Amino acid sequence: MNSNELLKNWYVTNFKTFEDNLNGESKSKFHQVRKDALSKFRELDFPTLKDEDWRYTNISPMLNYNFRQPARVKIKNEQIEKFLFDKKDFITLVFVNGYYDETLSSIPKEVKGLTIKNLSTAIKENFNITEKYLARFALYNTNIFTALSTAFLKEGAFILVEKNSVIEKPIQILYVTATGENVITNPRNLFVVEENAQVKIVEIHKSLEENLNFTNTVTEVIVDNNAVVEHIKLQDENLRSFHVSRLEVDLEKSSNYSSYNVSIGAAISRNDSNARFNDEGGECTLNGLYLTQGEQLVDNHTMIDHAKPHCNSHELYKGVMNDKSRAVFNGKVLVRKDAQKTNAFQENKNILLSEEAIVDTKPQLEIFADDVKCSHGATIGQLSKDALFYLRSRGFGEEFARTTLIYAFASDVVHSISIPEVRDRLEAMLAEKLLKQKETVSLITE
Amino acid sequence: MLEIKNLRVAIEGKEILKGINLTVNKGEIHAIMGPNGSGKSTLAQVLAGRDEYEILEGEILFEGKNLIEMAPEVRAREGVFLAFQYPIEIPGVSNTNLLKNALNEIRKYRGLEPLDAMEFLTLVKSKMPIVEMRQELLSRSVNEAFSGGEKKKNEIFQMAVLEPKLAILDETDSGLDIDALRVVANGVNSIKTNDNAFIVVTHYQRLLDYIIPDFVHVLQNGKIIKSGTKELALELEEKGYDWLKEIEEELATK
Ligand SMILES: Nc1ncnc2c1ncn2[C@@H]1O[C@H](COP(=O)(O)OP(=O)(O)OP(=O)(O)O)[C@@H](O)[C@H]1O
Ligand SMILES: [Mg+2]
Repeated sequence: MNSNELLKNWYVTNFKTFEDNLNGESKSKFHQVRKDALSKFRELDFPTLKDEDWRYTNISPMLNYNFRQPARVKIKNEQIEKFLFDKKDFITLVFVNGYYDETLSSIPKEVKGLTIKNLSTAIKENFNITEKYLARFALYNTNIFTALSTAFLKEGAFILVEKNSVIEKPIQILYVTATGENVITNPRNLFVVEENAQVKIVEIHKSLEENLNFTNTVTEVIVDNNAVVEHIKLQDENLRSFHVSRLEVDLEKSSNYSSYNVSIGAAISRNDSNARFNDEGGECTLNGLYLTQGEQLVDNHTMIDHAKPHCNSHELYKGVMNDKSRAVFNGKVLVRKDAQKTNAFQENKNILLSEEAIVDTKPQLEIFADDVKCSHGATIGQLSKDALFYLRSRGFGEEFARTTLIYAFASDVVHSISIPEVRDRLEAMLAEKLLKQKETVSLITE
Repeated sequence: MLEIKNLRVAIEGKEILKGINLTVNKGEIHAIMGPNGSGKSTLAQVLAGRDEYEILEGEILFEGKNLIEMAPEVRAREGVFLAFQYPIEIPGVSNTNLLKNALNEIRKYRGLEPLDAMEFLTLVKSKMPIVEMRQELLSRSVNEAFSGGEKKKNEIFQMAVLEPKLAILDETDSGLDIDALRVVANGVNSIKTNDNAFIVVTHYQRLLDYIIPDFVHVLQNGKIIKSGTKELALELEEKGYDWLKEIEEELATK
């Protein structure tokens, strides 16, 4: 048996324990999906550099560990307060080691048009919705990580926004790993936003300690006719951890979805962000920012499927890489034969701060319609010497001039986030990350 | 204030400045004129500290201190300011942000407390009329989507806020219509005191109708081939640079 098989067997064995702990739920109809996913998981192999989609992303370090199912742990509010936005202004869901923590969460008794709860509860209580959408968009028959996620699917955020409802308060979901080395969590989100409804969601991934953990997360978003969704994801786990993430967005008629995907943490992270226009008139923005250092590796694969005419997609991914870190960007845009009047814009811009940092960037445009406007561009560069000199000639120290330019470059991606607290926090985080000399200087534009 | 002695400068192995001597005292305005490619911007950039240039020989003293050894930011903090011939666009850095940090870096160097947001705003407001600066431009990224004239005005505006001791204006008048030119010139004149000095690089006598120079120098082929008073500029306007060719040839044979 090779190591790939051994590792798969490890998870299969663990599944039995997982199943035993499901109690009555293992008799539910949904459990068939888990079992089906597990059998797919057995058939699939962990990707290697030979797989086209993983050409530049060597995940073999991740395969050296037998990640265990997490233990439930109790943590105090003080320990996670700093990761969260003010609970007064947000609807808050907190998951510790993958398990929903009701005491740390804060959900108002009733928000008109909003159902928000732990996914495992929703599988029981909102069966019609979960039956219809859950695991229907993030297909698990070709992706081993999704298969793993689906086999172990239990907890996560379930958000249902009913027709015509505008949820004023943004929702924050915190996934924090606490005690335990070599633990795997499978956070699973399902966001269903019905016709003409609106919601803003912030998803935060953090580690409380320096344990080497594996987060394998899958999110499915259904944006129904004329609905508007803004979705921010911040991945700031510790630098030993592994993070694999998959996002599937279904855009219906004249709907609007924007994603801000910020990757700062983890030793190896891989994000697959896929959106599909399933009807006309949709708008989709996929923005991403990655800041890497040391030997970090971050891989962003995006795919926008223009299956229908008259849709617009905008994609801006930016990266700042230091030391020996490495980034991969693969942006696929598919414009199908009938998708006339498509506008698709994609840009990937990178700044390398070290000679040893590497970016592999690849736009992949597959256009089968003729009346379309598509553009893509990728740049990899150093900071502009002219701009550096200009700032220095005004009195900026060399290091400060550099950080100012990097900050300006990077903050651009998060600048259009519509929740001021979130935008400000992310900008401040960037500034702090980038600014080695935290002096009297204020980087943030007033 | 500024003493340049036998300055020879090369870029990519090519000698551009071939022995410049120039002394600027406080309270003076010096105009530098000369044909395209004669080395005017090179001189300006070298004074501001651009490090692509290789100093082959010579000395630059600013208030008695060796300017060549100072980093560009140190020169700025000491009081040297260059208004760029081609101001750089810096997306994502607002004008306000640039000015506030520049000012506070300079103040820190001089042992002064940084200005807080209110004090800074008051200062900026008081300087805006000098070049008829529009508020809206301040919150925009540095020079991004500025017209040519706005970029030049912005350079003068920065100068007004930073109050340098020595300002070098590299063709700030080029590309300006007559109204904008007047605005820029008024800006310079209102900043001018007996304690600061200006080096104004220009091709046109026109600017010197508004900014009256104490001295005019002609830079040709990397050398100052003639110096005089403001009348020299008029003469140049009338006769062109060819008229000076002989002088240059004469110098060369010496
Ligand atoms: N970075 C560079 N690399 C190579 N040559 C350069 C560089 N910068 C300037 N030069 C050369 O040096 C010479 C002087 O250029 P400079 O820009 O100083 O002229 P100038 O007098 O300012 O001209 P203008 O009136 O057109 O602005 C020119 O021949 C120019 O081509
Ligand atoms: Mg020039």
